[in-house]
Formats: sequence, structure tokens, C-alpha cells
Amino acid sequence: MSTYIVNLVTVRLLIAALTLLIVSFAVFFATAMLPGDTATILLGQAATPEAVAGLRTAMHLDEPALVRFLHWLSGLLSGDLGTSYVNNVAVADLIGGRFVNTMRLAGITTLISVPLALTLGITAAMFQGSLYDRIVTIFTIGVISIPEFVVATSAVLVFSVYLKWLPALSIASDVTSIWQILKIYAMPVISLTFVVSAQMIRMTRAAVIDTINTPYVETALLKGASRPRMVLRHALPNAVGPIVNAVALSLSYLVGGVIIVETIFNYPGIAKLMVDGVSTRDLPLIQSCAMIFCFGYLTLITLADIVAILANPRLR
Amino acid sequence: MTPSSTLSQKFGYSFNWIGMIGLSIILFWATIALIAPHIVPHPVGEIVDEDYFGPMSNELWLGSDYLGRDMLSRVLMGARYTVGISLAAVSIACFCGVVLGMTAAVVGGWFDTVLSRVLDAMNSIPSKLSGLVVVAAVGSSISVLVVTLAVIYTPGAYRFARALAVNINTMDFITVARTRGEGIFYMIGSEILPNIIGPILADLGIRFVFVVLLLSGLSFLGLGVQPPYADWGALVHENVGGLPFGAPAVIVPSLAIASLTISVNLLIDNLPKKIRDRSA
Repeated sequence: MSTYIVNLVTVRLLIAALTLLIVSFAVFFATAMLPGDTATILLGQAATPEAVAGLRTAMHLDEPALVRFLHWLSGLLSGDLGTSYVNNVAVADLIGGRFVNTMRLAGITTLISVPLALTLGITAAMFQGSLYDRIVTIFTIGVISIPEFVVATSAVLVFSVYLKWLPALSIASDVTSIWQILKIYAMPVISLTFVVSAQMIRMTRAAVIDTINTPYVETALLKGASRPRMVLRHALPNAVGPIVNAVALSLSYLVGGVIIVETIFNYPGIAKLMVDGVSTRDLPLIQSCAMIFCFGYLTLITLADIVAILANPRLR
Repeated sequence: MTPSSTLSQKFGYSFNWIGMIGLSIILFWATIALIAPHIVPHPVGEIVDEDYFGPMSNELWLGSDYLGRDMLSRVLMGARYTVGISLAAVSIACFCGVVLGMTAAVVGGWFDTVLSRVLDAMNSIPSKLSGLVVVAAVGSSISVLVVTLAVIYTPGAYRFARALAVNINTMDFITVARTRGEGIFYMIGSEILPNIIGPILADLGIRFVFVVLLLSGLSFLGLGVQPPYADWGALVHENVGGLPFGAPAVIVPSLAIASLTISVNLLIDNLPKKIRDRSA
């Protein structure tokens, strides 16, 4: 590996770190620069001025905004996420178990959607222009064009209203068998898989077709290789970089999808926690959740960039 | 010769039939958004059905919602909010983004670097998340929604416009204009903009779809358009209880959103290369 590549990757990581700093700045100031005073909002209209002043000092609200931002940031880095306004519980405790739930949902979706999307994307590219390819293309454009909640509600209509295979929106709290666990995860995972796979199929197909259009793949076809052989033997090894890039980029759509899907299926994850937090205006909770999501999203995007750099043979 | 092809010849572009279908559905919803208050069969707030989640009937074409209000009227009025808010937001976003992008390309230097870095960072906050954070901080009203959506989609428009403008910026006629000593407004308005306007408009269409999706998503979470107003996302939100019965009240607004966004995508995908081409 040349020093040039190492430099490029280091620069990408530095940019990611800088971006995360700007993002945390934006998140903090979007929520901290509220019209109205947080202490007054918390204590309600009837609070005495002394109580408000006391709370302001206790919450460091009387310090300059930049100092508060640094306080918050250093707390965030040392794992202190602050205390919820609404029920006075440490935000870290609220998030803890739910974070695992969300990661599990995302993980299962990834395990299902990646093989599915790669198979569909690569075969669609292999038989480019065929009826099969057109059906896949129309389907993916359709799914990409509609909001995630329409995908989720359609899945409910098909699988629980018409086919009656799965329970609709309610999630049973008493889980006793593996079958019930499967049922709980089925609908959220199906909906998320649709959303993420559609993106992934589209990008994978485009990446493979880009490679197919190169002269050396054309040569393979001209010397008499079959279409599957041309794609699998000649094109695919060179398309691995762009495909991995496409996978990482598509997985970043999980962030938007998970917010909708957890809400619609009442799934106990951090996205649901955050949406509930927005209704109650529980700012420390929202800041922490937002930073977790931004971090995940940025990680995936940076990963996609680095893969693209590493996979580019011209840089070796 | 069909009327459609004469029409398209008049514009000097040829649309294929898929693009025409997309265009007509867009025009249909645009017209509905404009004339909705005059054609709704029942006032939107009036309870006309004794039953809730009523089925489609001769009296109520699209059934009734969770309070027994006429669904057809609510969907028609919903078009106003979905199309209106999205169009306002996307226009502001593209105007700001394109002006900033062209300025950055023409001015260059540290101005370009700092602006690009900051806007790229804004772009790496997932759109739904920014929406949630802003709504949490300042609450939700139609004007807040328009501004929020505009701010969220400005960085994308900026990036697109800047990339196009940087290409134009290297051309000879720009050097000539610079040598003449033209000001920045003349440069971006008269030299750069006319050369990138086609792809910019196509990009506006795609961004419009993103805005509709985000607005519907926020409304669906109950954090977008607030009652008594309701856009299509909010209609799905308030009637989601009818989902287990497959009520038209929850299916129809979903279909309305899908028809609008898919049509815009179809139209953009089938635009003649002449308009759409990025390299301009």
C-alpha cells in the first residue's frame, strides 16, 4: 500500500472528524438556542424567580453558549449524556437497552438485505434490458419514490390484512417462544429490507453495468464468453469496490428508515425513544440520540469513501 | 399527428409517452391544489358519516376517516399542503443553493472552501434527523416546516450547482467577462446561470420528491403539518388505526403521495437529454 493511499485515507478520516464536530455544533445550537428560557419552560409559569435562577445556575444556563457547548461535548466524549428533562433519569440509562434493540433490528436487516440486493442487482445487470431487468428496475424506482411509511403500511396490508400471516401493528409484550420472536421482528425487518434493498439493488446494478461497458469486458464477450461468464468472471472482480461502496451508502438509508419503522411498529429502539422525546421536547435525550444517529450515518458514509479509495486500482 | 407531439414540437423537445403520463399526473395534482376549496364535496371539518373508517360508497367516494369525515374532500385539500409546502421549500432551497453555489465557483478561494466544508457537514446529518431536531426545538407550524425543509435541502442544491458552475467557470467567455471587469451579480446571472439552468431545473424536480418524502414522513410521525390542517402524510398518520381493516382512509393518501412522487421521477427520467444532461 503506497503512502499516497494512506494519506488519502487519513485525510478522509480527518474530514469525518471535522464533520462530526460541525454536526455536533449544529445539533447543539439548533436545540440550545431555543426561543424562551429552558429553566422557565421546565419549572412552568408558576415558578418563583429564585427557583428559576437556582435552576439556571445548576444547569449552567447562565454561562456563555460556547462554554455550554464545550461542557456538553466533553460530557458526550466521556460518556455522560446528561439527564432527561422529563423524568430526571440519566439519558445513558434510557438509551442503554434500546440501543441494543435498534442495533439488532439494523443487523438483521443488513444480514437479509445485502445478499438479497446483491443477487438481484448483479443478475439484473447480467441480463440488462431483459423483462426481468425491467421488472427489477421498475420495482426499485417505485420503492425509492415512496415514503418509508407507505412501504411499511403496504407490508402490513399485504402480510397481515390480506394474507393474515403476521400480527398488524401491536407487538406482544409476553414473548414465550421463538415463533413469537420471529413474528415480532418480521414486519419491521421486512419493511426496512424493502427500503434498504431498493437503494442497494439500484446502485449495485449501476456499478456492474459501468464495468460491463468497459472495453476489456466487451473483449471477453467477443471472444465467445457467455453473458453470465462475462459478468461473473470478468466484470465482477473489478466491480467489487464500487459494489461495497454502494452497500455502505445504501445502509445509511437505514437511519431514516429505522425512525419510521420503529414508530409505526412500536418497536422499543432509540429511534422510537427519540420521536417520543420530540413530542415531549426532552432536549438532552434528543441531542444524544441525534448524535448517535449522525455518528452511525457518518461512519457508513466515510466507510464508503474509504472503500472507494482502496478499491480504485489507479491509486495503487 | 397527436396533439401531444405537436405540443412537444412547439417546445422543441420530444417527450416519450411515459414522461407525458408523469407530466399529466403532476399537472392534475397541481390543478387540484389550486382549485381544491371550490370542488370539495363536503367541508373538510364536517362529520358526514355516522360510521368511522366507512367504506367507499356512492355518497362518499373514498369512504370516511376516523371521525367520519369525507375522505375525498380531505385528500383534495391535503394536496394543497403537500404540493404547496414542498414547492415553496424546494424553491427557496434551490434558489439559495444555486446562488451560493455559483458564487462559490466564481469567487473561489477560502470563501469556496469554508462554505463547501460547512454545507457538506450539514449534508451529513440525515434529513429526517434534522427535521426531528428542529421540530423538537421550535415546534411545528407551516412556516417553520417550509424554512426547515428549505435549509435541509440547500446544501444538496449548492453542491450540485457548484459542480456545474465550476465546469462553466473554466470556459473562455468567463475569462473574457472577468477581464472586462464584470461584477459578481452579472457573472452569475448572465454568464453562468443560462448555461446550467436545464440540469438545475431537473435537479429541482428530484429535490422536490425528496422534500415531499421528508414532509410526509414528518407528518406521518405527527410532527409535521398539525391539525386542523392535514397534508397527505398527516392523513395517513391520523387514520393509521384503520390499517388493520384495510380502510380506504389510510390507503388513499398513501397512493396520492406515491402517484405524485413516482410521476415526478418518471418525468425527470424521461426528460430529453438536452435538458437533463449534467455536462450542459
